[in-house]
Amino acid sequence: MLLSMKETILVVGGGIAGMETAVQLKALGLTPVIVEKNSSLGGHVAQWNRLFPDMTPASKVLEPYDEALKEVDIYTDTEIASINSLQKEYAAVLSNGKTLRCKAVVFATGFKLFEAEKKEEYGYGIYDRVITNRDLERWFDTRSDERVPAKPAAIGFVHCVGSRDVKAGNSQCSKVCCITAIKQAIEMKELFPDTEIYCFYMDLRLFGKKYEDFYINAQRDYGIHFIRGRVSEVAETIDGRVQVKAEDTLSGKPVKVKLDLLVLMSGIVCDRANNELARSVSLPLDEDGFFRSLDNIAGVTRTDRKGLFLAGTCSGPKTVPETLAEARSAALQVYQYLKAKKK
Amino acid sequence: MDFGFSLSPSSAIELDTLDSALYRKLCRIEPGARTCIACGSCSATCTAAEHSGMSVRKLLLGLQRGRKAEVERMLSNCMLCGKCTMVCPRGINTRRVILTVCRLYDNVEGTL
Repeated sequence: MLLSMKETILVVGGGIAGMETAVQLKALGLTPVIVEKNSSLGGHVAQWNRLFPDMTPASKVLEPYDEALKEVDIYTDTEIASINSLQKEYAAVLSNGKTLRCKAVVFATGFKLFEAEKKEEYGYGIYDRVITNRDLERWFDTRSDERVPAKPAAIGFVHCVGSRDVKAGNSQCSKVCCITAIKQAIEMKELFPDTEIYCFYMDLRLFGKKYEDFYINAQRDYGIHFIRGRVSEVAETIDGRVQVKAEDTLSGKPVKVKLDLLVLMSGIVCDRANNELARSVSLPLDEDGFFRSLDNIAGVTRTDRKGLFLAGTCSGPKTVPETLAEARSAALQVYQYLKAKKK
Repeated sequence: MDFGFSLSPSSAIELDTLDSALYRKLCRIEPGARTCIACGSCSATCTAAEHSGMSVRKLLLGLQRGRKAEVERMLSNCMLCGKCTMVCPRGINTRRVILTVCRLYDNVEGTL
């Protein structure tokens, strides 16, 4: 039985984690309010074309939220100026001047995609034939990007760009790039069957349901070449292509290849823009810069601060289904928390 | 003129110019060969490996990288016992791969 609670819950961030949390809070009889800094909801998923491993259109994941969030208060183009801890609740001051009193706060502030230009040796923003995974998704949507040639003879994918890279400040594995590279490689091979496609990887981490099958398909049915070795540098050739250098670690020899398009798999990294917000409510950050959960097994969506909860990639790299599951879990945690408080 | 040193040829693999025709032919007949993940089970179990350097993993990689002579040397050491087929986690019929490669060498190269 639902408790009769009309308490306001602040949900910071309107990506899939925030939206799903709000939908579930609403269903539990609470009053969620979403505050989103961008002009529309949907976060990173809204910038993606199709999702692994079933090639689901990203728009299909977002579609139901229009209806489901109809009765939820949403502030877009709005940031949190500050959150103050009162005796029994929190008061959030929004950038639009409003103050919101709420019983709990769910942080669903998400992640940032690693800025590929920081790995200067890969030439993003320098060479015309180098793009990122996000650029390619946009190209799938729009088919307009002058960096993507009409008939590429060879395409390369660089895994772990900015991930598992201590010097780039991100020691963590971004988790979703291996499978995203394989998805995008297959999509390109379907569009350009005669194109040679090379994936340069350090390890392939295909942990999820159907991921390994996806990999086997990419190898066997699409003939995508997997080269074990991290790309060390990219250079432009005289005819405007790019030459990639790596070590073929399985052969123990240096390897070179000229490509018409190079796709950098920028990884999920923490969004440092949230640091100030976290500090204002004494929410600890992990060494990797993501929000710190109460623990990493049973308390992923909880924090060591009363009334503050986490959902989605603000606590670390996650897939879409993991994020959704976590959002539902966070909503339940909020509900349990309020219920215990009422007693 | 002797400068007291000499240049050795580059050992770099150039993926766009190397000759992998044999590998592509093999994959048309045995698509499973493409699914090798270089785990090394085949070499670890191979009776001939210890004394001869035979390795199905290296054989497949050698074909992809155009190292035909090296592959040929390895093939001559295989006793076709099929232990590698038993242990392959990808279910590649490695024994048949070896026989296919031998047949391809026969047709294409006239060797073996």
